[in-house]
Amino acid sequence: MGLLQNYFSTFLQGFGYTLLSSVVALVGSMLLGTLFAIMQVLPTRWMQIVGNIYVQIFRNIPLLIITLFLYLAVAKVVKMNGFTAGTIALTLYTSAFIAETVRAGILSVDSGQMEGARANGLKFGQAMRYIVLPQAFRVALPSLGNQFINLVKNSSILAFVGGLDLMYQGNMVAANSFDTFTAYIIVGIFYLVLTLPLSYYMQYLEQHLKAKA
Amino acid sequence: MSMIEFKDVEKYYGDFHALKNVNLEIDAGETVVLIGPSGSGKSTLIRTVNGLEEIQQGQLLVDGFDLHDPKTDMNKIRKNVGMVFQHFNLYNNKSAIENIMLAPRLVLKRDEAENKRIAMELLEKVGLADKAANMPSELSGGQKQRIAIARSLAMKPKALLFDEPTSALDPEMIGDVLDVMRDIAADSSMTMLVVTHEMSFAKAVADRVIFMADGQILEDSSTDSFFKNPSEPRAQKFLSQVANH
Repeated sequence: MGLLQNYFSTFLQGFGYTLLSSVVALVGSMLLGTLFAIMQVLPTRWMQIVGNIYVQIFRNIPLLIITLFLYLAVAKVVKMNGFTAGTIALTLYTSAFIAETVRAGILSVDSGQMEGARANGLKFGQAMRYIVLPQAFRVALPSLGNQFINLVKNSSILAFVGGLDLMYQGNMVAANSFDTFTAYIIVGIFYLVLTLPLSYYMQYLEQHLKAKA
Repeated sequence: MSMIEFKDVEKYYGDFHALKNVNLEIDAGETVVLIGPSGSGKSTLIRTVNGLEEIQQGQLLVDGFDLHDPKTDMNKIRKNVGMVFQHFNLYNNKSAIENIMLAPRLVLKRDEAENKRIAMELLEKVGLADKAANMPSELSGGQKQRIAIARSLAMKPKALLFDEPTSALDPEMIGDVLDVMRDIAADSSMTMLVVTHEMSFAKAVADRVIFMADGQILEDSSTDSFFKNPSEPRAQKFLSQVANH
């Protein structure tokens, strides 16, 4: 545990960047994912197609490729550092999976809910926001939880582009101290500090909503 | 003045001809019951009135709006034309009173205290004031349907459409729902179009009965004359079949 003491501030900095990247990507991918899920269930054909192309592109390319594309190619046009490139890549990649999850959730809601709302005078957007989406998210919650946990772990992609995250700092510590094994054990524990509470919180939310329904 | 007017309306689902040359006029304040064998197009017809189904040909005027005109804002019609469904379609994520208050709040921007007062009055009217806080999953079918009716009434519509409102209910629940509908029909300003198999309700409440089969209106006559001497052979057959139940 001497390693942890000696490099504590390094680990903590990495932890901070991982947390920041995860939170930004989580919020961003939820918003984007929900947007593209709705596009795919709209009656307008071209919107469905655009939504579907987006999902297929970002779901079917490795996260590493998206990250490198942003860091090496896009960064030449729009200045950005490794942290930004990695976080944007993580957001785009995860949003494709969230779009699929939310879309499945929307489709699981009985069509009578939308019909009842429209007949009651609500606009499509209002019916989505107040009636369909809350029910869709409830259905989608277990798989959304999986996506969130994957997102936190996938944020380790930042290490490849100098993103200063937990994985990046773990590599540094391992290289400097030559104590590779302990360094990565500590990195693993730091990830658990993020993912375990998250996964318990998702479980709690699931139970809580089930009790309410 | 007519509230709902069909002029040579045609409706297709792909190749299937669901409504054939429908001509129908319903005056404001009238209560009209639509009957016929299943698959005759009754539900399709009633669903075109608030734009849940599009028509392909002809003209459909509701409250002065032309539904076949793509420029018509469907939400303006739906504000004034409520609908009650066979399967209730209550908002599963909202309590009974929230089901009633949501649309007036969002669409009519009704003041919150006023909204609540009206919602409680309506719950009172349908006999479910004690269920205000209950979720739909905690209500019986008959209770759900009465909440759904209250939800439609909260918008203070000019017309109400009922699409087989009692068909999904247990027999002992039907009476309560029909009682509420009778009350509404007694209000002379409300236009009602009801698809139903409840002949006693039709006899007691309807001003007119429309008989449909195979997507066509075969008979359109006053309630008395329809039940006493229906002119169409198909209507005679239909009545003798339902009378045997």
